[in-house]
Amino acid sequence: MSTDKQLFTVSIYTENNIGLLNRISAIFQRRHINVESINTSPSEIEGVSKFTIVVNMTEVNIKKIIGQIEKQVEVIKAYYHDDDETIYQISGLFKIKSELLFEERQIQNIIKESNARIVTVNTDFFVLEKSGRKEEIVELHNQLSEFGIMQYTRSGRIAITKEEMKISTLLETYNN
Amino acid sequence: METQTIKNKETSTKVTEKISGSEAIVRCLIEEDVNIIYGYPGGAIMPVYDELYKYQDKIHHVLTRHEQGATHSAQGFARISGKVGVAIATSGPGATNLITGIADAQIDSTPMVCITGQVFSHLLGSDAFQETDIVGISTPVTKWNYQVTKASEIPEAIAKAFYIAKSGRPGPVLIDITKDAQIEEFDFSYEKCTKVRSYNPVPKTDVASLEAAAKIINGAKKPLIVWGQGVILSEAEEVFKAVIEKAGIPSAWTILGASAIPTSHPLNIGMVGMHGNYAPNKLTNECDVLIAIGMRFDDRVTGSLSTYAKQAKVIHFEIDPAEIDKNVKTDIAVLGDAKASLELLLPLLNENKHPEWRQKFADLYDIEYEKVIKNDLYPTKEGITMGEVLKEINIQSKGNAAIVSDVGQHQMIACRYAEFNKTKSNITSGGLGTMGFGLPAAIGAKMAAPDREVVSISGDGGYQMTIQELGTIFQQKAAVKVVVLNNDFLGMVRQWQQLFFDKRYASTEMVNPNFVAIAEGYYIRAKKVTKREELADAVAEMMASKEAYFLEVCVEKEDNVFPMIPTGASVSDIRLE
Repeated sequence: MSTDKQLFTVSIYTENNIGLLNRISAIFQRRHINVESINTSPSEIEGVSKFTIVVNMTEVNIKKIIGQIEKQVEVIKAYYHDDDETIYQISGLFKIKSELLFEERQIQNIIKESNARIVTVNTDFFVLEKSGRKEEIVELHNQLSEFGIMQYTRSGRIAITKEEMKISTLLETYNN
Repeated sequence: METQTIKNKETSTKVTEKISGSEAIVRCLIEEDVNIIYGYPGGAIMPVYDELYKYQDKIHHVLTRHEQGATHSAQGFARISGKVGVAIATSGPGATNLITGIADAQIDSTPMVCITGQVFSHLLGSDAFQETDIVGISTPVTKWNYQVTKASEIPEAIAKAFYIAKSGRPGPVLIDITKDAQIEEFDFSYEKCTKVRSYNPVPKTDVASLEAAAKIINGAKKPLIVWGQGVILSEAEEVFKAVIEKAGIPSAWTILGASAIPTSHPLNIGMVGMHGNYAPNKLTNECDVLIAIGMRFDDRVTGSLSTYAKQAKVIHFEIDPAEIDKNVKTDIAVLGDAKASLELLLPLLNENKHPEWRQKFADLYDIEYEKVIKNDLYPTKEGITMGEVLKEINIQSKGNAAIVSDVGQHQMIACRYAEFNKTKSNITSGGLGTMGFGLPAAIGAKMAAPDREVVSISGDGGYQMTIQELGTIFQQKAAVKVVVLNNDFLGMVRQWQQLFFDKRYASTEMVNPNFVAIAEGYYIRAKKVTKREELADAVAEMMASKEAYFLEVCVEKEDNVFPMIPTGASVSDIRLE
């Protein structure tokens, strides 16, 4: 097992309860681990929530963390995967002055080439949205920043694993 | 209310009746067979206290002198009885005062349910009087917690609390209940919780890993067992004894595993860890198979991990999957309840005696006896040792007392020298090392097991952290025997200052009050011993007392506890002096 730090995507299936976010983040905090990103959403199973957390750490330690997450009463199951084992996306939003869209030809090319989407345009500003890998969003940000960006934000990672999760089967075994 | 109950019975099988949330809380406790709770009233929990007044023939509420005392009493109650201890407090400072006991119960896997009052739900988050986010504060130190804002949630929340606290690896649960939820009326009915969807408390014992473990144990030439509290929590004592006797394996205990089998058992080779016995520590690094049962390889047990049992195959019997490979890499993990696993293991084991290997333990014991034990128990120098006080208690108790210790030098001495014939008899704060634990824990233990002799042993430091609980002893007429081993120092810290800080005794010297006068102020019989000649009679008088008794023993001021594994050293580098 590698003792080098690397990015892991942690997927946690949980009951949908207030306070669980606090309980899970406390486990990382205790070990002084900085969470790269965190996302919560409903999962494929009704009433079951899914946390997607990205951390940079060793596999030895992520295994221990997974054990400590799984032992929380309201956690159904937790997994960790590396980037090759997941399909993942993040999303970026850019707010830019509308006049630049007409004055700076280059911007239109950047939008076209990056496959970014214009979400809204009004007289003062327009908003660009770009989904993809982190590097693509960062690249777009770098290209746009020389023209001036009014606001910029990037989402946490969301991920689907190549491996089957079998949460429904697991819930059935718990119930019997 | 009576007629309504009867009417409901006629129409439906599920009996409901309209009662307040606060009455429901008390009724839930009764449904869970709770008859003693420890707590302290205050504004946000007053409706519950009003119901406790009405139900006082069913539930005895013990008014401790501080909420921390309530948690430690609940812990003592749980540790001696195996039942869930219950503590109750008001919001704000009442709730925050519970935290130390909750953290202690979490790290020592003690089943405890804490109920706190909370401000009205419409005031939550507004910095109301005595409002504190106790759910947020207690999250990292509870097994589970929950805030109730509607009366109708109370039965399910409390049922879940008891189930989660007791099942699997036990732990503390906190239920925070807003005042409006206590006042609101609703249709009450109670159903015990037996299942929580996302929670799998006891992993099934995997037969394949068990068989692999048996094979390794049967092939071992120098096997060593280290057991922990898991043996006691799963009530595996009998089968555990059968296992070690059949396989002839020398067995050592962690501090919380003490008393699972009698001290006098020939295969009981003593305590592991920082101040444990010489032989089991030393031979941890010589055994060929290390079998850990219901223990978690705490750093006080292992010393330096990089030199811990590296030569041995490690088998770990454990209920909590998160403990596997957490500190020590195991070769075989047998997940499951200790009792269930050991029952399956027993028939797979070959009979064995390992006489030569066991002789090594005996030889090292002789060395420890000459260098340490003899001087602790039969000192020739003038000052009284802590060890000889324990020896006198052993003589009087014949090993049948429950020993409740605090934290520090006296705790190590108590655990090293107390003789135990019965399980669940060593009650101490192991993982958290909470000074002030002992006195209130002894009260809880005595009330849970009134027929047992309960001896509280504290140092002069920790004793003063919860000394006000003498008031609880007096009010409850709890016949606890309270021993303070007074060296006018925070002895363990002083020992470290002597050994590692060139004797710079920074803030470890205690200028102490008249402890006898304080005990007598609470109308507790009290005596102070300063000379060896008085000790045996004083201990005998204390143990013969039918009521609570306080005994201060002035011991040698600068004695040290040995053996000792210095922090960061290997278990085999254990020092005898």
